[in-house]
Amino acid sequence: MYTYTEFDRAFVRDRVSQYRDQVKRRLEGFLTEDEFKPLRLMNGVYLQLHAYMLRVAIPYGSLTPKQMRLLADIADKWDKGYGHFTTRQNIQFNWPRLIDTPDILEALADVDMHAIQTSGNTIRNVTTDQFAGAALDEVVDPRPYAELIRQWSTDHPEFQFLPRKFKIAITGGSDDRAVIRAHDIGLQLIDVKGRIGFRVFVGGGLGRTPIIGQELHDALPAEDLLPYLEAVLSVYNLAGRRDNKYKARIKITVSEMGIDRFRESVDAAFERLRPAFTGQDLSVLGKIQADFEPPRFLEKSQDGYFSALDSDRHFRTWVERNVNPHKHPSYASVTISLKGHGNTPGDASAAQMRVMASLAERFGHEELRVSHEQNIVLPHIAQADLPEIYRQLGKHGLATANIGLVSDIIACPGMDYCALATARSIPIAQDIALRYERRESKIGDLKIKISGCINACGHHHVGHIGILGLDKAGVENYQVTVGGSAGNDAAIGQKMGRGFSFEELMPALDRLIDAYLAVRIDQSEAFVSTVERLGTIPFQEALYAIDKTA
Amino acid sequence: MASIKLPVVITANDLLSGEAVYWHKSGIWSNDLSGSKVFESIEQAQALIQLVVSDAEVIGAYLAEVLEEGNRLVPRHYREGFRERGPSNYCHGKQERLRQKVVV
Repeated sequence: MYTYTEFDRAFVRDRVSQYRDQVKRRLEGFLTEDEFKPLRLMNGVYLQLHAYMLRVAIPYGSLTPKQMRLLADIADKWDKGYGHFTTRQNIQFNWPRLIDTPDILEALADVDMHAIQTSGNTIRNVTTDQFAGAALDEVVDPRPYAELIRQWSTDHPEFQFLPRKFKIAITGGSDDRAVIRAHDIGLQLIDVKGRIGFRVFVGGGLGRTPIIGQELHDALPAEDLLPYLEAVLSVYNLAGRRDNKYKARIKITVSEMGIDRFRESVDAAFERLRPAFTGQDLSVLGKIQADFEPPRFLEKSQDGYFSALDSDRHFRTWVERNVNPHKHPSYASVTISLKGHGNTPGDASAAQMRVMASLAERFGHEELRVSHEQNIVLPHIAQADLPEIYRQLGKHGLATANIGLVSDIIACPGMDYCALATARSIPIAQDIALRYERRESKIGDLKIKISGCINACGHHHVGHIGILGLDKAGVENYQVTVGGSAGNDAAIGQKMGRGFSFEELMPALDRLIDAYLAVRIDQSEAFVSTVERLGTIPFQEALYAIDKTA
Repeated sequence: MASIKLPVVITANDLLSGEAVYWHKSGIWSNDLSGSKVFESIEQAQALIQLVVSDAEVIGAYLAEVLEEGNRLVPRHYREGFRERGPSNYCHGKQERLRQKVVV
């Protein structure tokens, strides 16, 4: 894990101090809301439907147990005893009072955390693979590069007022678990004839104009990363539209310019900017890399693990769904599901946060990760410890064996909290999870993603089944898309037709999933593969067939 | 709002807590929809917004459509319904306070 320097600590403390004064001036009437709003947003404080919301940055989703415990303390002391982990690997608190937010930020600073650049038209938290540094398929650990980008982009004077917000994702595995092609810039670490390089994708994004990112560079040398990113951002900063908020993201800039002309502009900017990078960035990277050395793996007897696999079918199912292969042969990465059936996707209580922190201390080499799919990961776990971890998780409602199944749903907060939402997401996710609890293991891999408005925070466009909640003449209405994908084969799902009312949606999903079960070759053919084989028409027909059971 | 339907009330968010509040007949902001001053004229409501909204007290005042069902005021749009009740996944927000009142 990256360790803050005195410079980092002083910077964060200065921001807390500035913000404390800004809140004081607001409450004393010296700042109007128009003057104060951009200042609070720069520190992650939004105003939502029922209360303020504080979004805390979790850089590339990495947390120490101490940091997780502090998040639990914030939930207990200043919120309602829980936090919501997001698709950008951050955490949101839904109920802070404005007057308490400076104290919360100060508490965060005590454990080297902050909420800077979690809002506004800046470069947001860099996201990455939740198994970074552990995954069997990894070419290079992406976290040092993510940290380098974090340091470069934090308070970057040129990029604080971009045309629109800017999101970067980076993966080091051959299997893309970071949805890099749905980001403004997606980076994939690759081996280029024995040297590290990047495939660079640009102009991806979801929202009202969903676009899969295009390849901008097929093998960027790693040492050119920052000057190249600076070149891309510089071109966007000048060419990006500021006349229309809905056309201001880089995906529109790239679409309007065309990828070839955009690349020419970036190459020209790169030629101009490259000489200014004289090696300090690489020196910083070297220091960062030292912080990301793998932990000292322990050799433990695996007898108990194999015995539990043989004797406990619930444990075996959990291992099959929630445990990922590790670089080290006797280790594994554990995904702790925050998708208990009927629960709010991504929510964890303060007590659950403390349990996860304790497990990371006892068994997990002091590391936790937040996945973009709104679960928590213990990246480095000896297989020998898996039975005990499973037992402990089970005591606290955290042992749901559903990763990748129907109930492992990404859902945005929707109209239950969000001021921008047009419909609810959470109750839809809860209903689906409860309805399919008994059947989901037979259905197999099926990723459902739900957004409560066109901004697509729930990634519905790249769900195998996507659900978008809209307001149709004053009534909640849900559009269904089919065939999206977030992985290496990233694709935007196809809109099936008219939307469904809240009451109509569940029977329609039943028909859709029943149709899949009827036509799949066998259980090994996942939903998305069947859609690929047959196209979407059979599923469209099923969705809009008359509900004979109604 | 493009084609706002009457009657309406004035609503905003409380500066300190962010909670949804309503302008009451008694001339105060309250977190309770019932007791809100109901307007049958958009012009009158907008004129009053200019007079009563204090930037030091509330944020983002606007007009919300309501229905009068007997003696009760009911939000016309479901968004306003959630603002009035609280989220549907937890008993938090206004519904939490109502529950506490019942328990007491």
